[in-house]
Amino acid sequence: MHRFLKDKEHLVRMAALFAAGAILFLILQAVLVPKGFGVYGHYRAGALADNRVRAPRFAGRTACVECHTDERDAWKGGKHAGVGCEACHGALAKHAEEPSASNAFKPDPKTICFTCHLANVAKPKNFPQIDPKNHFDGGACDGCHSTHAPDKGPAK
Amino acid sequence: MSSDRRDFLLTAGKLLVLTAPAAAYLEAMETGKAVEPAYKTAEHYWGMIVDVEKCIGCGNCVRACKTENDVPLEPYFFRTWVERYHVAGAAEHPDVDSPDGGFNGFPEKYAAGDGAKSFFVPKLCNQCAHSPCTQVCPVGATFESPDGAVLVDKTYCLGCRYCVQACPYGCRFIDPRTKTVDKCNLCYHRITKGLTTACCESCPTGARQLVDLKDPKDPVHEFLRTHKIQVLKPQLATGAKVFYNGLDGSVR
Repeated sequence: MHRFLKDKEHLVRMAALFAAGAILFLILQAVLVPKGFGVYGHYRAGALADNRVRAPRFAGRTACVECHTDERDAWKGGKHAGVGCEACHGALAKHAEEPSASNAFKPDPKTICFTCHLANVAKPKNFPQIDPKNHFDGGACDGCHSTHAPDKGPAK
Repeated sequence: MSSDRRDFLLTAGKLLVLTAPAAAYLEAMETGKAVEPAYKTAEHYWGMIVDVEKCIGCGNCVRACKTENDVPLEPYFFRTWVERYHVAGAAEHPDVDSPDGGFNGFPEKYAAGDGAKSFFVPKLCNQCAHSPCTQVCPVGATFESPDGAVLVDKTYCLGCRYCVQACPYGCRFIDPRTKTVDKCNLCYHRITKGLTTACCESCPTGARQLVDLKDPKDPVHEFLRTHKIQVLKPQLATGAKVFYNGLDGSVR
């Protein structure tokens, strides 16, 4: 006991050193570990929000038909009712947000239809396909077919 | 001298006290940006249905994905792509091609009536529930989110490429502009706003459908009950959540 007390200065020094090391570790940890790390798992919780900040470029068909009611009525119930507007007209979130800012893209009716309907061996057999050699005179498809609802007869 | 030390200790003490509120402030800044409170991760669990029998190989999904997610236009960076399979016989190796990932569609390559079966298979990140890619990340920069999407923390990614090699489906690439990894995140910025993914929005035949496995009203449950569903490489037990209908055994 006597001996222990005699050497206690060493112990105090060691304890102080250890405490300083622990504090240094805590400071380094606070600085180096990103905020929110480990809240949900072994990753930064803020990364979830980071993945959400990008603004969509495709507005979605529900946004389009809010204004374009004539096109909606032509398109609904037809054979193209399952095809979203932006599948042919392109990404138009900017136009949906600010209609005057950018005009909707009007696809070329001579080529856009072939994106889907050009004949290909690998396409499902029940999908309507066109071989330009025997069903295409170089004119626009919408001269005979209504683009928004091809089964509803020719375009008006 | 002694007063110097005293000043130093006082300053150090003040700084130490300040770190806690500073940390809280920074965290609020970081997690609070542009998040709509309406979305709750615990209420969703995302996946996708790919109906191979409906895919026409038009490439709309590939183009839409590149537009929506700013994917480099070079034909070897894809978040989603389409493959064409040509299977001459059950014992033969299938002929697979994917010109520019299907970005410009598929020029006819095979003759009709050659006795082989031919079909398109859209591919994307399978949003695995037990993903090999997240397990190998040394810094926790990629992870499975609580709502079932496999996401990348771009601010934290080192670009070490371990995950690129670990993904058994080849769904990851290093973005040449940021030198960090990129992959399909199931349009996380869209699905958390109530929209569907860009590929599903632009698919003309409904071959791809975003599904919320936690939503009891989602038609996915009916679809999974009434169709013969397969995932890619089921033997790897990755917990893939992209469910394929009409998938041929030759598809890897």
